[in-house]
Amino acid sequence: MGPVIQVSGVRKTYGPTVAVDEVSFEVNDGEIFGLIGPNGAGKTTTMECIEGLRMPDRGTISVLGLDPFRHVYKLQERIGVQLQQAQLQKRIKVWEAVDLWASLYQKKAIDGENLLKQLGLADKRGAWFMNLSGGQKQRLFIALALINDPEVVFLDELTTGLDPQSRRTIWDLVRGIREHGKTVFLTTHLMEEAERLCDRVAIIEHGRIIDIDTPERLVDRHCPERTVVLTTDDAVAEERFRAIPGVEAVICNDVRFTIRGRGDDFVTEVIHCLSENRMRVTDFRTILPNLEDVFLKLTGHSIRD
Amino acid sequence: MMLRGLWKLTWIEIKIFLREPLGAFGTIGFPVLIFLVLGRVVGRGQAPPSFAATGFIRVGLPVLASILITLSAVLSLVTIISIYREGGILKRLRATPLRPQTILTAHVIVKLILTASTLALMVLAGKRYYPVGVHVPFFSFTIALLISTWSILSIGFLIASIVPTARFAQPIGAIILYPMIAVSGLFVPVESLPPALHAVARVVPLTYTVSLLEGIWKDEAWSAHMGDVAALAVVFVICTALSAKVFRWE
Repeated sequence: MGPVIQVSGVRKTYGPTVAVDEVSFEVNDGEIFGLIGPNGAGKTTTMECIEGLRMPDRGTISVLGLDPFRHVYKLQERIGVQLQQAQLQKRIKVWEAVDLWASLYQKKAIDGENLLKQLGLADKRGAWFMNLSGGQKQRLFIALALINDPEVVFLDELTTGLDPQSRRTIWDLVRGIREHGKTVFLTTHLMEEAERLCDRVAIIEHGRIIDIDTPERLVDRHCPERTVVLTTDDAVAEERFRAIPGVEAVICNDVRFTIRGRGDDFVTEVIHCLSENRMRVTDFRTILPNLEDVFLKLTGHSIRD
Repeated sequence: MMLRGLWKLTWIEIKIFLREPLGAFGTIGFPVLIFLVLGRVVGRGQAPPSFAATGFIRVGLPVLASILITLSAVLSLVTIISIYREGGILKRLRATPLRPQTILTAHVIVKLILTASTLALMVLAGKRYYPVGVHVPFFSFTIALLISTWSILSIGFLIASIVPTARFAQPIGAIILYPMIAVSGLFVPVESLPPALHAVARVVPLTYTVSLLEGIWKDEAWSAHMGDVAALAVVFVICTALSAKVFRWE
């Protein structure tokens, strides 16, 4: 099967502000695809164009073979959506929301009670929306996004503002969605989230896509550096480390060394050097670059700025 | 189907409304209570009522009460729509196959049901104190009131479509709607108003509401009030068309 989502040359402006500029990418069937970038990079605008909630000024979008803006109602039958900063009526009960959503679709909805159970909301089914915690609200929104058994699920900044515990629960739920054969399109400004969840990511900044690939390949491509931090009291350690192939920097702080180099074999080379010289090591740690470093490298600033 | 989810949404919105603190009491109970208290005070003291006093009590008061209840229903609709917009609820509902007109229709039905129950309770309560009784064509009056309410609700939509935030919705709505009562001919006949206000009265939809409701309450024929109905229909069409153009979901 071909790509589920095809975006090509999409541009969207709000007055003089260019929110999204010449964005093109494809999302494959059954993958978790992440659009990552800082706040205001154009993630939500891109997603809302794909969901059919906004019309792009230029470019074409196809979702499940449909034009989202022109066939928005047809499309909404087949996708599930979780919006950033959405709310429900303060005093609507959890089961009422699920029941209402289930009644909105032409095809038969999936069992709402079972869904609530899977999402850990069974004991909250009679609670008012306003009395739910942040994590519970997000799980309810996931339930509403899944109620029509959609083929593609859109999740916009799903875990923003949640504590680490709730965040992990939600990540597990999203992986579960993929295991049911659905395609997930999500946005996040949390690099850890993208790294742990996404099969592929697109990095977006100032409305433009900078690069697209799997998190591993992005790291390999843009940040091939490897860093080893170790502790040794060997007297000639620094000299030996500088002789390691591929080494770029050795920083010595009393008995603690930070050795930086590049190449997949670099860590092996360091270990080789240690064992060949029979050096006594009391601590050994490798630091691998991650998407955060990729972003820093590509944009010149941290995603948190 | 166009109105899929309408009844479920309507029922949920009624339940949500009744869960609001003061929701049921403030909208239904309170007006009835005021009506009863007024009835006790005014009704008892009137041994031989003057003609003018009975005129107002028999026709003006029921019409005024109906209009006030309708206006407060419209204001609460304006407020709810703007709260829903500000809170992102409208936006979330929009991202489903739910049609915009279904959401608005559900809210209108909720308001009509609440208005109708308030009025029914008032009629029941009023029977004890006011000499309205058997001469009033309740069925026709209900129809007349429904037509008026639809028309005024469409003004509410227009206001709801334009007001920037929920905080402004109620006061702006009140500023637009309540002064209409003054020139509507309810207290002072339109013909007796100063010429300048006379013109204002002609374009104020409430004038036609008052004329229609008073006429029907007095058991006048519908044929005498087709002009009022037509005027209210025009208001409805214009306001609905305008609000469909300017409505913002977020």
